[in-house]
Amino acid sequence: MSAFIQYTLQGLAAGGFYAVSALGLAVIFGVLGVVNFSHGAVYMLGAVLAAVLLAELNVNFWLALVIVPIIMFGFGVLMERALIRWLLQLDPLYNFLLTFGLTLVLVEAVKQRYGVSGLPYQIPPGLGGQVTVGSVGLPTYAIFACLFSVVVCIAVGLLLTRTRIGMIVRAATEAPERTRALGINVGRWVTPVFGFGIALAGLAGVLAAPSRAITAEMGSNFVIILFAVVVIGGLGSILGAVVAGFLVGLVEAYGVAYAPAYAQIVIFIMMALVILVRPAGLFGREEIA
Amino acid sequence: MSGRKKVTGAVAMAASASLALAACGGGTGGPQTGGDSKLSNDKVIIGLLNDQSGVYKDLSGPNSAVAIQMAIDDYKAKYGNDAVAKTIEIVQADHQNKPDVANTKAQEMYDRQNADIILDVPTSSAALAVATQAKAKKKLFIDIGAATTALTGASCNKYTFHWAYDTYMLAHGTGAATVKNGGKTWSIVYPDYAFGQDMNKSFTTAVEGAGGKILQSIPTPFPNDNFSTFITKAAADNPDVVGIMAAGGDLINFVKQYNQAGMQDKATLAVGLMFITDIHSLGVEQFSGTQFTDAWYWNFDDENRKWADRFTEKTKTRPSFAHAGNYSAALQYLEAVQAAGTDAADAVVAKLEGKKVNDVFLRNGEIRAADHRVLHDSYLAKVKTKDQVKEDWDYQEILTTIPAAEAFGPVSDACKM
Repeated sequence: MSAFIQYTLQGLAAGGFYAVSALGLAVIFGVLGVVNFSHGAVYMLGAVLAAVLLAELNVNFWLALVIVPIIMFGFGVLMERALIRWLLQLDPLYNFLLTFGLTLVLVEAVKQRYGVSGLPYQIPPGLGGQVTVGSVGLPTYAIFACLFSVVVCIAVGLLLTRTRIGMIVRAATEAPERTRALGINVGRWVTPVFGFGIALAGLAGVLAAPSRAITAEMGSNFVIILFAVVVIGGLGSILGAVVAGFLVGLVEAYGVAYAPAYAQIVIFIMMALVILVRPAGLFGREEIA
Repeated sequence: MSGRKKVTGAVAMAASASLALAACGGGTGGPQTGGDSKLSNDKVIIGLLNDQSGVYKDLSGPNSAVAIQMAIDDYKAKYGNDAVAKTIEIVQADHQNKPDVANTKAQEMYDRQNADIILDVPTSSAALAVATQAKAKKKLFIDIGAATTALTGASCNKYTFHWAYDTYMLAHGTGAATVKNGGKTWSIVYPDYAFGQDMNKSFTTAVEGAGGKILQSIPTPFPNDNFSTFITKAAADNPDVVGIMAAGGDLINFVKQYNQAGMQDKATLAVGLMFITDIHSLGVEQFSGTQFTDAWYWNFDDENRKWADRFTEKTKTRPSFAHAGNYSAALQYLEAVQAAGTDAADAVVAKLEGKKVNDVFLRNGEIRAADHRVLHDSYLAKVKTKDQVKEDWDYQEILTTIPAAEAFGPVSDACKM
């Protein structure tokens, strides 16, 4: 029984991390309809930036949690202004290809500048060690990362449902024409929302830095899991991304523990099952074609 | 629905485009002979074929050319006007760790750039492709960076030599020596692809052969960045040693999470394959106490250190064992050319076969004639704790020297020269 509890806790800890990582992807798709394949690369940039800030300017983990998302917001605004917006009117395919290409450029640039063996990042003081209750234990950092993720997810949820900005943004996604008719400049909100999504990816990167390898390639496979998360949750659904993040974390932990041969594909089996039953994902809206 | 189809199409397009990018290169031309010199093209041309941009760039990559140039300088200084090879050139190419690219680039080096020898070639599949070309073109290939024992097994041939290390040496060094040092019970975690499976088998054989016991062998997806549940499983039977067979980013992920789970105090961590660049990138604290087998260590003795200082002057970084291996292979090749009086491959091979060698890399070295495996002393190393580190890159404590005769396996029945 204690083993089961152990796996459950590990799954939940991983799930919180998946949720906050997928959140930005869901926001960007929900508002702009852009399938942002560069999300993994931006997540990587967040982690690299945290490591570089620590090494060069002695910026600690806590400061990095604030500074890196701000820098990434700026990067996101630049990205949207310079590249994404020109393709917004076209088929989503174009933006998918653009962000795919951008991923290759970012990964190569980081390799050129910082090499391939990865950057060091120590666990922040006070978050090392284990919390153990009986025979069940979890790294303190995993607990922190999970709780922090939950807080961020709730904050983003409240921002979108309880504030005027959130309402405008949601209205703009659901009925852009009618929102425009109400005299609201929808286009004005596109850039900051994209920047916000990118900032969230950067934040996930900082959160990953103490417990994962910081290399140029770190986002390449991670982005595939994130896409599975948002597809299971329903493309563009914020609540869906959060719930699916935890589900994927749990399924992955149970898969590793009880069916190791299927550990790698168990997430995708779940994705296939969800799509079979609910093609738009758990919390996605069925679109009328 | 059609949108989804288009997205799938785009992914396929992107994938095929990146494949097409990788498949460039080629071209052939016959070797030329000229002048009165006993050298083809009046000069010796050394080809360096390795990973110049990917995961193995730091541990060999462009700095291997620096090491080879050091060998050329030492050869010229030693023989001066008596040198058979007066002009020696290095040509370089990036094989991107892909066997098809390695194959094309090796052909190009041998045929068009008239390389007399190819050096380095990390990544086993790429190395095996180059060995095939060496055999077909009857030109030399000395592998330093790849781990597979197939180079001196089923794929062995007259023109291919394997210089620095292999999976047998890693497994028997770390596996057997750790058991002898008291690590009797093991849990092994390995990535579920060719390299990991091969390492798992070799380690199991080595640990059991030394009287140890494997409690669990746990395969993991590759690549993978969340190992927490695998670590819990590996710890379940309270093993003395946890053996991790992952490399690169996966190894770093594993070690970070292993330490966060508080495992450092509960079991010794043994790493199947590790380079000093891995320790450097993650920081010595994370690896403290980890045991692994090393082919060479820059701060092992004064001779190594002197050589490493020369290397560092040019590169601003300390050498990995692959860099030292490239130096040694280039140097011994040039010595063989000198002894043969020509760069004709058959004559050079004859001078190399069976030769006993001692240089900065090869201690008690012997180029075994039967399969071209190069035997030399190797080392069981332990990563220092932070307060033991006296200077940058001073990361390793050598626990045991594994004598050349024990470090490598016997000649394989599969090798037919």
